[in-house]
Amino acid sequence: MPSNKSVSDAPITQFINCRILRDNELQREDLWVREGRILDPEKLFFDEQGYADKRVDCGGSIIAPGFIDVQINGGYGIDFSQASEDVSDGVSFVAKKILEHGVTSFCPTLVTSPPEVYHKVLPQVKVHDGGPHGAGVLGFHLEGPFISAEKKGAHPEKYLRTFKSGGLEHLMEVYGSLDDVAIVTLAPELPGSQSVVRELSQRGITVSLGEHRSQLLLVSESVSVQPGRFHALSNPSVSAVVQFHHRDPGIVGLLTSDRIPAGRVVYYGMIADGIHTNPAALRIAHRAHPSGLVLVTDAITAMGLPPGRHTLGQQVIEIQGLHAYVAGTKTLSGSIATMDMCVRHFKQVSGCSVQEALEAASLHPAQLLGISPKKGKLDYGSDADLVLLDEGLNVKATYISGEEVWRKGQ
Amino acid sequence: MKLIILNDYDQASEWAAKYIRNKILQFSPGPNKYFTLGLPTGSTPLGCYKKLIEYYKNGDLSFQYVKTFNMDEYVGLPRDHPESYHSFMWNNFFKHIDIKAENTHILDGNTADLQAECDSFEKKITAAGGIQLFVGGIGPDGHIAFNEPGSSLVSRTRVKTLAKDTIMANARFFDGDLSKVPTMALTVGVGTVMDAKEVMILITGAHKAFALYKAIEEGVNHMWTVSAFQQHPQTIFVCDEDATLELRVKTVKYFKGMMHVHNKLVESPPSEPKKN
Repeated sequence: MPSNKSVSDAPITQFINCRILRDNELQREDLWVREGRILDPEKLFFDEQGYADKRVDCGGSIIAPGFIDVQINGGYGIDFSQASEDVSDGVSFVAKKILEHGVTSFCPTLVTSPPEVYHKVLPQVKVHDGGPHGAGVLGFHLEGPFISAEKKGAHPEKYLRTFKSGGLEHLMEVYGSLDDVAIVTLAPELPGSQSVVRELSQRGITVSLGEHRSQLLLVSESVSVQPGRFHALSNPSVSAVVQFHHRDPGIVGLLTSDRIPAGRVVYYGMIADGIHTNPAALRIAHRAHPSGLVLVTDAITAMGLPPGRHTLGQQVIEIQGLHAYVAGTKTLSGSIATMDMCVRHFKQVSGCSVQEALEAASLHPAQLLGISPKKGKLDYGSDADLVLLDEGLNVKATYISGEEVWRKGQ
Repeated sequence: MKLIILNDYDQASEWAAKYIRNKILQFSPGPNKYFTLGLPTGSTPLGCYKKLIEYYKNGDLSFQYVKTFNMDEYVGLPRDHPESYHSFMWNNFFKHIDIKAENTHILDGNTADLQAECDSFEKKITAAGGIQLFVGGIGPDGHIAFNEPGSSLVSRTRVKTLAKDTIMANARFFDGDLSKVPTMALTVGVGTVMDAKEVMILITGAHKAFALYKAIEEGVNHMWTVSAFQQHPQTIFVCDEDATLELRVKTVKYFKGMMHVHNKLVESPPSEPKKN
């Protein structure tokens, strides 16, 4: 049936026989798409007297907004923090592969590195839309080097920095450019951080608190000084979340702090791979502050590689199931779970609903970055970045701007 | 009049839907011969609409060559408001079937010249060849569409101010807030519905019983506008037991006794080889 051409010539696709995630629930509704965005079928009917050109039978699948991974360090042998000549190719390679996990947008993440690395890598990748070539790049996530030495975790200590006088200029010296940066993770207890946080926020960059053992008061001050948007994202590979002392509740206390200005939401990232975050911590965080929970993979270079030994840069990694060890040891070298695995595991461990599990990987990261409802939702006008899932939340197909970019079995 | 009495709401809805289905199928609509259907909104016809959708999904009924004319619409309510009659028809009927948008007609309560809109609606009905079957409901005050008590029995499509009873009955759709309920509506007239070849009124529930009694056992009276259909040659009232509570036992027994004859009207049509 042809579409009426009074408003637009563009073809209209109708997804039928599906359940869509909308208004925080799974609704038994058809999903209409035109020109890469979700379309209001009632308006189409009455205003344009239009109907669908193409119907896609989803066989009862769940349709959720495409997943958004805001913390991913690499995968499939690619390390985003490597200062190579073809960073762009590496990012594109990973971008294409993660479509299989239902990820339609992501923030390539760089761990603490010397300035030369940032100066080389950052200019090579621009923010760009996704498509059949791969998931969209929302901007870099720069995790470090302005983080605390006390809780450095896996970040190389020699490259950690503090803010010298002139906070933001120093930051710019280190990074070179902030043009295509979406998130910066820094430690709020470093002197000079307040003004840096303010400046970054004014540029629309999301600031995240990481790798620290701040006192709650210090952290809250950082939150309340913010004009514009501010979101806290605790580095999930650190046990900061489980540090909860009754006189210093740490990050867990921040989630429920009364010093957070009204209307502001604190978001926190969690890796739900079953290894890096204690299931109890996941449950506590989810129950304390469910609407702020953002699932991230924090995936390392070894993600997506088959079991066995792999030489990645200076390291030899051994993959056994979902564990990636420094070869010959039982030291974890990072997480290799994919985003869809994290969604399934999170649901199972926290006992949350399907809607909550899906929102943690789509709506919440979009809200964190301030790109909702364009991304992360299936509202009329939202980008038609979709993931089709079965009952068990396994990815069956991925769409970007209404176009199928991956299907299982092909 | 035919008075069809079923045990409960679901059975009444199903009987009515089957009747409509059979009427359309017997008419054999085609590209040069559309079946014109008048339609109501509200909670009463919901079950009937669900059944019609089922018949479409089973492949037993198509709305490709059916034109619809709704009875009424609120004035001043945005078309995409969840309580507008446009939204009602889209969500409860149109989006589930194969009807073409250009074949549906609902009064526009947001035009600048409301009476011109009403006149235009009447002309559209005439242009479509008149209405084959007008389906309607009845208000607790005996009104058909928004032809409130006191409406002329020969009225045409026009603007009406809603009666207090009607506003109160509708408040439940507006969070119980009387101030949010529209006070005016565009409605087909009693005369407009009387022009239809056949009229079917759905009445279910005990709260409608008194209105049914006034409509069929008392005289034709503009205070109970549904009573006008006593003077239409082809009227059928479909109701459940509860709606008959105010009728005389004699009336009910008479019509129940005729059910074996009336049920022939809703038998499944002889199965034909499905056209591809």
